[in-house]
Amino acid sequence: MSANTENGRDVLLKITGLKKYFPITRGVFQRHVGDIKAVDGVSFGIHRGETLGLVGESGCGKSTTGRTILQLYRPTAGEIYLDGVNLADLKGSKLQHMRRRMQMIFQDPYASLNPRMTVGSIIGEPLEIYKMAKGDDKKRRVEELLRLVGMNPYFASRYPHEFSGGQRQRIGVARALALQPDFMVCDEPIAALDVSIQAQVVNLLEELQERFNLTYLFIAHDLSMVRHISDRVAVMYLGKIVELTDRNTLYTSPLHPYTVALLSAVPIPDPVIEEQRQRIILEGDVPSPANPPKGCNFNTRCPVAQDTCFEVEPEFEEIEPGHWVACFFSGSLSA
Amino acid sequence: MSSLLEIKNLTTRFYTQDGVVRAVNGISYSIDPGATLGVVGESGCGKSVSMLSVMRLIPDPPGKIEDGEVFFDGRDLLKLSDDEMRRVRGAEVAMVFQDPMTSLNPVLTVGFQIGEALKLHQGVNDKEARRQSAELLDLVGIPNAEDRLDDYPHQFSGGMRQRAMIAMGLSCNPQLLIADEPTTALDVTIQAQIIDLVKRLQEQLGMAVIWITHDLGVVARLTKRVIVMYAGYIIEDAPVKMLYGSPRHPYTIGLLGSLPRLDAPPGTQLLSIPGQPPDLVALPEGCPFAPRCTFVADRCLEENPGLETVAPEHQVACWEKDKTEGVWASVR
Repeated sequence: MSANTENGRDVLLKITGLKKYFPITRGVFQRHVGDIKAVDGVSFGIHRGETLGLVGESGCGKSTTGRTILQLYRPTAGEIYLDGVNLADLKGSKLQHMRRRMQMIFQDPYASLNPRMTVGSIIGEPLEIYKMAKGDDKKRRVEELLRLVGMNPYFASRYPHEFSGGQRQRIGVARALALQPDFMVCDEPIAALDVSIQAQVVNLLEELQERFNLTYLFIAHDLSMVRHISDRVAVMYLGKIVELTDRNTLYTSPLHPYTVALLSAVPIPDPVIEEQRQRIILEGDVPSPANPPKGCNFNTRCPVAQDTCFEVEPEFEEIEPGHWVACFFSGSLSA
Repeated sequence: MSSLLEIKNLTTRFYTQDGVVRAVNGISYSIDPGATLGVVGESGCGKSVSMLSVMRLIPDPPGKIEDGEVFFDGRDLLKLSDDEMRRVRGAEVAMVFQDPMTSLNPVLTVGFQIGEALKLHQGVNDKEARRQSAELLDLVGIPNAEDRLDDYPHQFSGGMRQRAMIAMGLSCNPQLLIADEPTTALDVTIQAQIIDLVKRLQEQLGMAVIWITHDLGVVARLTKRVIVMYAGYIIEDAPVKMLYGSPRHPYTIGLLGSLPRLDAPPGTQLLSIPGQPPDLVALPEGCPFAPRCTFVADRCLEENPGLETVAPEHQVACWEKDKTEGVWASVR
């Protein structure tokens, strides 16, 4: 298909101009007084078998982007193509049919598993809904999935509360894998886990990706972990993507001032390096997405902002092949 | 120089329906005036409970400080009466908690909450308390401090709330500030602001800081000495450069190896520690880390090792510590 290839590589997911606004209403008549612009014009593609990392601080819209792609929220504007099919146009059974191919792993393994269901029925439920297996078949498939995520098949009859956070996250992964999806949104899958357990889950996700040629959108705020798992990384700020490029370029020569500051703020677990590092400490907080500043979103905190930045919004442009940045003065700030 | 805080054999347990939770199991260490100490470990390792024990803030029942002494400025805090302890808390030893949303009272103004400690400990009047509160908010970098005093916590952002908490902690010029994961709920750019702030204030005011965290990166940036805890025990105690350069406990090595680093070559495999931390109700006999340890020997399963010195100021609790020398250098 020529429509969904890019530079000779197969593009599994492509989103263009994605917007998701949440209305703000007032009074008894729910008068519409404004919008929270959670996602405000986001475009990117993900190649088959690739991991795209999506990073940003809390409230930047990264989770909303993930959820809108999966149609858990209907987009306000924009297109979402999965294998050439625009999900934003689909409804009912056609959408359900596409949903099988995309799954989600949630942040909180304590809230995302029903405490009243056994592990077996949690993992088996999608199989039943899509009539993919029942009876002994389903049981065998559940056991296979548990083994796949490194758990004892015998755990199928237990309840979620009997497991630790890391094990629950494995159950969540098994549930997501049940329908043999192509694409998975991993929404901060390790943020709630202890450090030594985080590595276990990340290693599992990498193993499964290789085995089933899975495509991941990996959403996280932990820049070191995103660097570890991703092929390409997108940095989001206040509803917009400010920089997108391959992992190595982003971490070695970031161009957007926000990316530069963000990377310099991440502590490196090595006191010798920490002593010599230069840090750019951003002042203030992220502005409210209900009332983003005029011009460039980042102008309130940007150390290199000039007059233009307060007037005109910079375009998201390809500055070098494969390196997209939304900044008039990209590259002018370095750590 | 005599130490500011000296903890000896501190033991805290919780008596619950499921059994006795052995949260802190006889830990000892001391900290000098003006020093910084990092206490790291994963959830449930006893790092917060040990500090709450020092502050005598353990809910009793179900919790109980079973044994130990906590000398602060020559007095055993555990032997003080409730009244005497109340005078120490906030005035001489202050604590900043992890979640600024739940540790500030939502129905009182920020100004009132900062001023409360001043009025209580220093006996100043309302007007003076307000003046000093504004100064404190200004000190921690909140713009228009005077006006913001009348705001309620919900009108502050997460980073500002944490600054307000630090302002409260600093209000009576404590000699020791205990910071319990004060940046965990914050974003990295805000975290960098707070770390910078605490470092600056420490230099200005000369107080000692104990920084409790699970983030080994933060510790590397902030402290001179680190204690690693696991299952209620101190398993390694070392100067920060030594701990990151040549860690000796297999758990510390595993923890450092499981962290992805911004400066690591791409494609580096993460070392993960197999298994999970032990149940504190049923701690294994012997070394608590033995079930997850790759260096485990017979002796580890039978007898729990105590801290032993392996280098100046570097102590490790491990029977196999001779075998772990140089392991970190070879895996990283």
